Amino acid sequence: MAGAIYRKPIVFSIVAALVILAGTIATMFIPMFTEGMHPRLATLKPYTALQLAGKDVYQQEGCNNCHTQTVRPLRTEVMRYGEYSKAGEFANDRPFLWGSKRTGPDLARIGGKYPDAWHQRHYANPQAFFAQSNMPAYGWLAERTLDPEAMRTRMRVNGFPFTDQEIGALAGKSELDALVAYTQAIGSAVRGAAPAVAAAPPPEAKNPLAGPAAIAEGRALYDTHCASCHARGGTGDIGPGLEEESADDPDLYTIIAEGYEGEMPGYADQLDRKQIWSIVAYIRSLAPAGKTQEKGEHR
Amino acid sequence: MSEYAYDEKTVTGFIVSAIGWGVVGILVGIWISVQLWAPSWNIPPYFTYGRLRPVHTNALAFGLGLGAIFGLFYYIVMRLTRRPLVLPKLARFHLHLFNVAIALAALSLLAGMNQTLEYAELEWPLDVVVVIIWVIFAINIFATIIKRREEQMYVSLWYVLATVVAVAVLYIVENLAVPAGLFKSYSLFAGVNSANVQWWYAHNAVGFVFTTPILAMFYYFLPKSTGLPIYSHRLSIVAFWSLVFAYLWTGAHHLVYTPLPDWIQTVAIAFSLFLIAPSWGSVVNGYYTVGGAWDRMRTHYLTKFFILGITFYGLQTVQGPTQAVRVVSSLIHYTDWVPGHVHMGTMGWVTMVVTASIYYAIPKIYHTGIYSEKIANTHFWLVLVGQIVFSVTMWITGIQQGALWKAVSPEGTLTYSFMEGLVKNYPYWQMRTAAGLVFTVGMLYFIYNVAMTMRRGSIAAARA
Repeated sequence: MAGAIYRKPIVFSIVAALVILAGTIATMFIPMFTEGMHPRLATLKPYTALQLAGKDVYQQEGCNNCHTQTVRPLRTEVMRYGEYSKAGEFANDRPFLWGSKRTGPDLARIGGKYPDAWHQRHYANPQAFFAQSNMPAYGWLAERTLDPEAMRTRMRVNGFPFTDQEIGALAGKSELDALVAYTQAIGSAVRGAAPAVAAAPPPEAKNPLAGPAAIAEGRALYDTHCASCHARGGTGDIGPGLEEESADDPDLYTIIAEGYEGEMPGYADQLDRKQIWSIVAYIRSLAPAGKTQEKGEHR
Repeated sequence: MSEYAYDEKTVTGFIVSAIGWGVVGILVGIWISVQLWAPSWNIPPYFTYGRLRPVHTNALAFGLGLGAIFGLFYYIVMRLTRRPLVLPKLARFHLHLFNVAIALAALSLLAGMNQTLEYAELEWPLDVVVVIIWVIFAINIFATIIKRREEQMYVSLWYVLATVVAVAVLYIVENLAVPAGLFKSYSLFAGVNSANVQWWYAHNAVGFVFTTPILAMFYYFLPKSTGLPIYSHRLSIVAFWSLVFAYLWTGAHHLVYTPLPDWIQTVAIAFSLFLIAPSWGSVVNGYYTVGGAWDRMRTHYLTKFFILGITFYGLQTVQGPTQAVRVVSSLIHYTDWVPGHVHMGTMGWVTMVVTASIYYAIPKIYHTGIYSEKIANTHFWLVLVGQIVFSVTMWITGIQQGALWKAVSPEGTLTYSFMEGLVKNYPYWQMRTAAGLVFTVGMLYFIYNVAMTMRRGSIAAARA
C-alpha cells in the first residue's frame, strides 16, 4: 500500500531523496560530465598572479553584489556594453562571477575600455567621475599590500603557470593595483572581436553645427561625458588636452563615437549624431582664439 | 504532560537566538538600504555594501531562518511523535554550536572572507561547521521520528524529512572547493558549470529553507491554532510530492540569456511554470481549511497571520514562474524587481508564518496566554504595510530600470546612460528604506510581545 510509506520514515526519506535528486541529476549532475559545460576559448589566457590577486580582491569586497559580468545577447545590451558573453570566456573563474544584480553597470567588457589611470582614480573616488554615483570609494585598498607567498599557493591551486620572478614582483603591489589589473583582464578573451554594433561613420565631411547654441550644448555634454578625463575647458588630465586638437572634423567625430582601444571608450551608444557634432563644435571653440573667450567667461 | 517532558529549553533557546539574529539581519538590511542612496554610509573596510550585504542575507536566512526552523522543528517533531528528543544533550550542543557558527559567519563576512556564491558565501572552515551542525540536527530528527510513539507521520513530518535530506545534498555539493589557505578556497566548479551548480543550489536553498520548512510549520500550526483540521489530506500528498520533485529542475531560470546551454534554461522555465500547481495546492488547502469560518480572520488573531502568509506564498509562486519566462526575464532580470520579489517571500510569507508559529508555541511552552493580542495585531499591520510598500516600490523601480536600459532613440542610439537610469532609483530606494523601518517597528512589537509572554509564564510550571 502506498499509504504505508507514511509510517516508515527511512523508506519515506529514501523515496523523497530519489524524487528530489531526479531534477538534480538531469539538469546539473549529468551535464557536468559533458563537454558542453566546460567550454574554453582558444584566446582565453590564464590569469597572471597580479590579476588573480585582483580577482580575489573583487570577491573579498563583494563587487559581485552590485555588478554582473555577463552581457545578454539582447540588442540594447550589446549596444550598451559590447559583445555578448561567450560560454568559453569563463573557464578560469572558480567560481563564475556573473552576479545577479546591476546596481552598477555590467563589467564583462570593462577590460581595456579605460586606461589604468582612470580606474585608479575612479576606484579612489567614483563621485569625481559620476557625481551621483552610489559606489563606495576603494582608495583605501592602495594601503593594503599583497602577500606574495599566499599568491603562490593560490596560483598553484588554480593551476595557472607562474614564475618566481612574477611572484616576487607582487611585493610592494597594493590590492588596488591588483584590482585594476584584474579589471583590465576581464573579458580579454573576446577583446578585439568585431563589435556587434559598429558606430556609423558620419555622413557629413564637415561639422554641420556651429554658433553659440551648438557650442553651449556641446559644452554641457562635454562636462558630463568628457571632463572627467580631459578636464573642464579641455586642458587635459588622464586624457590629452584638446585646446589644439589637430584631427579634422570627421576624425574627431569618429574618435568620440568609437573611442580608442585601451585608451578611451566610444560614445556612439549614448550620444546621437547631433550631440557628437555639438561636442566637436565645443572642442573647436577651445582652440587659441576661442580659448581666450572661454577663459573670459569663466573668470 | 504525561510521563515525559519535552525539551522546551532547547526550543526556546533556538527561538530566542533566531530573534536575536533577526534583529542583526534587519538592522544591517536597513543600513545597506541607505547605502544604496547615500554612499557616505559605507565605512571601509568592514562596513561597505559589498561586505554587509552577505551579512544581511546570511543573518536572516541562516540566523533567523534556520534558527527558527531548528527550534520549531524540534517543537513540532516532539509533539507529532509524542516523545522527547532521543538525544536532548546533543540538541543543546546543536544550539550552542549554531550560535557560534552564525557569529563567526558574520565576523568572517565582515572580514571579506567570501566565496561569492550567493547564499553560500561562507569560506570552507565554516562550511565544515555548518555540515556538522546539519548532521547533528539530522541525527536527532531521524532518531526521534524512528522512535516515535505515534504510528502515522503527519504532513509536517514529510516536509521536515524532505528539508533535512535536501539541504544536506545542496549545501555539500555547492561548497565543494579546494582550499588555498585557511581563509580562501577556489570552487571545484568553473565558469558555466559553476553557474549551473550555484543556481541549482541557491534556488533550492529558497525551496528547502524558505518553502518546505515553512510549509511544515503552516500545516502544523494552522490547524493547531485554529482548531480546524486540514481541508484535504489527499491534496497534501499530491502537493508535497509534486513540489519536491519539480523544485530541483528550476534553478537555471536565474540564468536566462546567459551562456548556459539553452536547453537547461528552457527546462528550468518549463518546470518553473509547472511549480505553480503544487505551490497552489498548499495555498488552496490552507484557504479551504479556514473556508466556512472566515470570521476567524476578525476574531482570531493568528488566523490572519497564517492566511496572509499563505496568500503571499501564493502570490510569490505565481510571480516567480512569471519572472522565469524569457520575455519577462529580459526586462526585469538584474533590476530591483528581483529583490522586491525575494522580500515579498521573506517578509510576507516566511516572517508571517514564523512569527505566528512562535506566537502559538511560546505561550504553550510557558503555560500562559499571549501577553497582548492588541500588540500582536499592531505588529501584524505594521509588517504587512511595511512589506507591501517595500515590494511594490521595488517592482516599480525595477520595471523602470529595465525599460530605461532598453530605451532607444529614433536614431537607434541608447536614450539613457547607465547613470541616468541609476539616479531614477533613488526616490524609490528612499521609500524602500522607509518601508523597511515600518516593518522593523512591527518586528519590535513582536519581540516585545514574545519577551513579555516569556516573562509572565514559566517553563518550570510544566512539572508542577
